Amino acid sequence: MREFPWRKILLLLLFIYLTFFSVSKAIETEPPVETSSAVQWFNPQRINVFIILILFFAFVLYFIQRAKKGESLFVRRIAGLDAIEEAAGRAAEMGKPILYISGIEDMDNLQTVASMIILGNVAELVASYDVPLLVPICVPFVLTVAEESVKQGYVKAGRPEAYNPNNVKYLTQEQFAYAAGVSGIMLREKPAANFMFGSFFAESLLMAETGFSTGAIQVAGTANIHQLPFFVVACDYTLIGEELYAASAYLSREPKLLGSLKGSDLAKFLIMIILLLGVVLESFGITKFSSWFFVQ
Amino acid sequence: MSLEEGKIMGTEEIIWNAVATFLTLCIFTFLYKDNPFYKFAEHLVVGVSAGYFAVILYYNGFVPKLITPLRQGEWVYIIPAILGLMIWTRFSKKWSWISRFSLAFYIGSGTGFAIPLYMQNYVIRQLSSTMLPVGFTTWALFTNILIIIGVLSALIYFFFSKEHTGFFGGTAKVGIWTLMVGFGTGFGLTVMGRVSLLAERVVFLREYFIELKYYLYILFKYGLPLS
Repeated sequence: MREFPWRKILLLLLFIYLTFFSVSKAIETEPPVETSSAVQWFNPQRINVFIILILFFAFVLYFIQRAKKGESLFVRRIAGLDAIEEAAGRAAEMGKPILYISGIEDMDNLQTVASMIILGNVAELVASYDVPLLVPICVPFVLTVAEESVKQGYVKAGRPEAYNPNNVKYLTQEQFAYAAGVSGIMLREKPAANFMFGSFFAESLLMAETGFSTGAIQVAGTANIHQLPFFVVACDYTLIGEELYAASAYLSREPKLLGSLKGSDLAKFLIMIILLLGVVLESFGITKFSSWFFVQ
Repeated sequence: MSLEEGKIMGTEEIIWNAVATFLTLCIFTFLYKDNPFYKFAEHLVVGVSAGYFAVILYYNGFVPKLITPLRQGEWVYIIPAILGLMIWTRFSKKWSWISRFSLAFYIGSGTGFAIPLYMQNYVIRQLSSTMLPVGFTTWALFTNILIIIGVLSALIYFFFSKEHTGFFGGTAKVGIWTLMVGFGTGFGLTVMGRVSLLAERVVFLREYFIELKYYLYILFKYGLPLS
């Protein structure tokens, strides 16, 4: 078992403190002579966000290093993700396609980024089963990324010739028109499995309910909490919130992704300790600790 | 214009509302099964919206964010223009690899912007708001205990490094129950919103058919279509 690099992390934190706290103190102590606006490279009022981010990155980098050295990192079983392979097998048996929906947000949304990574893994799996993978896309830029992900998946599976660019297609950027288009594909192509991973809004139930009516196995995942109830009721398996981000690491077992998953687990543990400490101090009337976490 | 506003529809409104009514009914036929009417409405809305968004992107994106700044001599905008043009290399099998630079730039910058925002809004703000005083002296302090237990057990559910067994598994179960209670509440709230949308559509159809009845009555009785 490797020793945790506390010394490096402490030195890093000390560096952050000396650099930015001293800057913020200098700004605070200056007498307010006149006011004027100027471009700021650093907002000293958000130092808490910066420190927590650095700490989070340190955790992630530490675990990535461990994973790269070949250490086996345990990740618990996630039922919804095991179902993906089961669904692909079922599609192969039935000779029907698989439908993958990546949500309706652009690539600047982390859920769409996670969805594209999952798409690559699903494409790799589907390529080995030799069933068509249909990917209707809502946002134009996501189309190019999705094409690339699917193509990479087929290449990784050793079957680049099986990749059909016509199966990854742009429908429309309008939310409900996209939902109508996807529902049409579900009804006409009758996919054996529907995968819905990404950022969804009011169209989630329309698509999930149509998919349910066609009898397809449905696996969905989103971090949009208002849409999760619809997926829970209409899909066979649902990835809730962070499980969506964990999915890419779980499926690929890549050191970088596994490292970030383990790093986020450690961050969650730290958050729980901070939360408990904050609650105890607040209960005794000490508010200084919790006020440090206040973001303006 | 509607009956409630005390006015009767003219010929133009009757025609355009007939289109809206027809398309609404076409979509409602989906409740029976897939059919040519639904297919027609679906293809129409997908096609029209795709064209509409192409125009929107041109006038709200391409012109104000590239053409106008370049005309004003802000040459730095040539960089995104080149990145945009690089995407077009996807049409060539030989040069399509060039488009990956644009993809990498967009995904990298997008993620870079998103991570601090997520951390700020979904982690630190939540953490700060959950640091609540607890106790048994008042009802508010007691409910805070429930909030803390719910948050901690839900966090435990999202631990991937440990199998959900024993005490840990029990706590994770409390966490998933907490989440399901929240989902149930959200489901009920949203379904009520959807029912109100359906009610609005039904009212629209009802009003249209009443208006149509008046219009046809006036047309056949007096032979004068309303303008």
